[in-house]
Amino acid sequence: MIQLLAFYLFAFLVIASGAMTILARNPVHSVLWLILAFFNAAGLMVIVGAEFIAMLLVIVYVGAVAVLFLFVVMMLDIDFAELRAGFIRNFPLGIAIALVLLAELIFGIGAYKAGGLELGTPDGAAAPLLGESNIESIGAMLYGRYLFLFETAGIILLVAMVGAIVLTHRGARAPRGQQNIGKQIARRPEEAVVNTKPEVGQGVQL
Amino acid sequence: MTQFFQSLGMTYEWAWFVATIAGILLIALPLMLAVAMIIYVDRKIWAAMALRRGPNVVGPFGLLQSFADGLKVFLQETIIPAAANKGIFLIAPIITFTVALMAWAVIPFNAGAVLADINVGLLYILAISSLGVYGVVMSGWASNSKYPFFSAMRAAAQMISYEVSIGFILICVVLWAGTFNLNGIIEAQRGHGLGLVNGFAFNLLLFPMWVVFLISSLAETARAPFDLTEAESELVAGYQTEYSSMSFALFWLGEYANVLLMCALNAILFFGGWLPPLDWEPLYLIPGWIWFFAKIFLFFFIFSWVKATVPRFRYDQLMRLGWKVFLPLSLVFVVLVSGWLMFTRYGVPA
Repeated sequence: MIQLLAFYLFAFLVIASGAMTILARNPVHSVLWLILAFFNAAGLMVIVGAEFIAMLLVIVYVGAVAVLFLFVVMMLDIDFAELRAGFIRNFPLGIAIALVLLAELIFGIGAYKAGGLELGTPDGAAAPLLGESNIESIGAMLYGRYLFLFETAGIILLVAMVGAIVLTHRGARAPRGQQNIGKQIARRPEEAVVNTKPEVGQGVQL
Repeated sequence: MTQFFQSLGMTYEWAWFVATIAGILLIALPLMLAVAMIIYVDRKIWAAMALRRGPNVVGPFGLLQSFADGLKVFLQETIIPAAANKGIFLIAPIITFTVALMAWAVIPFNAGAVLADINVGLLYILAISSLGVYGVVMSGWASNSKYPFFSAMRAAAQMISYEVSIGFILICVVLWAGTFNLNGIIEAQRGHGLGLVNGFAFNLLLFPMWVVFLISSLAETARAPFDLTEAESELVAGYQTEYSSMSFALFWLGEYANVLLMCALNAILFFGGWLPPLDWEPLYLIPGWIWFFAKIFLFFFIFSWVKATVPRFRYDQLMRLGWKVFLPLSLVFVVLVSGWLMFTRYGVPA
């Protein structure tokens, strides 16, 4: 009963906030709706017993990716008239992509209905094994059976990161005042202050 | 508690539901009281270090000062700036406050005394604390005013930077404890130091991680010396500039609830949570929650102490510390800790 209520609540909120993401006029509102959608999707994950995936969804997408998203969108200089002009221009492309997605969906559901894939039945048989936590199962999978793929994914991400840095790195700039924290901390009053008694008209040598 | 409500003749589902609601109230209401008192404690410690008296008028020793302040903001008018984005402007403090309370669901107050004893407890805390930045960012943007906006930008960058190194520190602790469950982590610390002391902080490999974690938790909660989001010398009051009355008070309460949470995490992850400091039989006669609260209080004292004595960092120094010092250090320690555990606990595979 409570699970059912929670499921419908989360499912409704995911769909509603997904719809609001594309309907909202203000891009910042769109991102915030998107975050709500992520969060409720995490709720759905918890209901099916995939709490590790749910937490990762919140930590990675809501906690890091969406913050950076919001960061960028908040600083946009938004011109609504231009946005709408873009909408008319990109409308055919959008329709084309929507059609492709629809076709994929129909094929996917058709294949499932035709019994092409054995996905198990939604009767709770896919529930987690008792006595073994999500993390242990996923860890055993990733670091055992899929170790090579896992490490490859890591390398690909590393290469992507290095690539992004290379693309945006501006190279050596004009030297500016660099701070040497260690030197600053090591500085003592004795060497910072000097008492001198210069001759009149002589000045001091610094 | 579920069994108790079941014994009253409820079905399991309803008993669970009522028990959870009761548990939430049992945690949230004392927490609000604790936040009110800890604000008073903070002001008293701060005053004592500046050789002032601090609040001493309302109630005995000024104990009721926070409640007087609460009543005051409650009676004030909520002003919404005309240029603000009204909906988000009002939601932002609510998010800060709610998120600060949510994380307490998995904090164990004693053996078994925890609302949700889930096996991803630590990840849950990481997830919830990463949500905390939204209240600040949303308020900064919705205020439609330049100082709050600067503050929101700073907060977003600062919290993400320090969350990265906190994540690696937590991995060190989890590797050693072998579980993400907070009760399990506490149990793993029993007699950890030479079979005498309870706590991971007395471990040569984890002690540096505790120091890094303490500093990172200061940065994560935007406390001094990392309170750049509300640096009054440059940003007026940061993201709170346009807020008044209850919406301001919600930020205030949420911030202190977060500080208490970070103190609790310090106690749980490195100082044995509700275990007594020494693994010595008579000390177990004192209930666990007293030890836990004492440890939280100790860490809160450290937080106040730092606030009263350390000058504020510059923003580039903050970023340098986060990315160039803490991140490499915590990465090295992940390798060290896992290597050591591989060597001693699991054995080197041939």
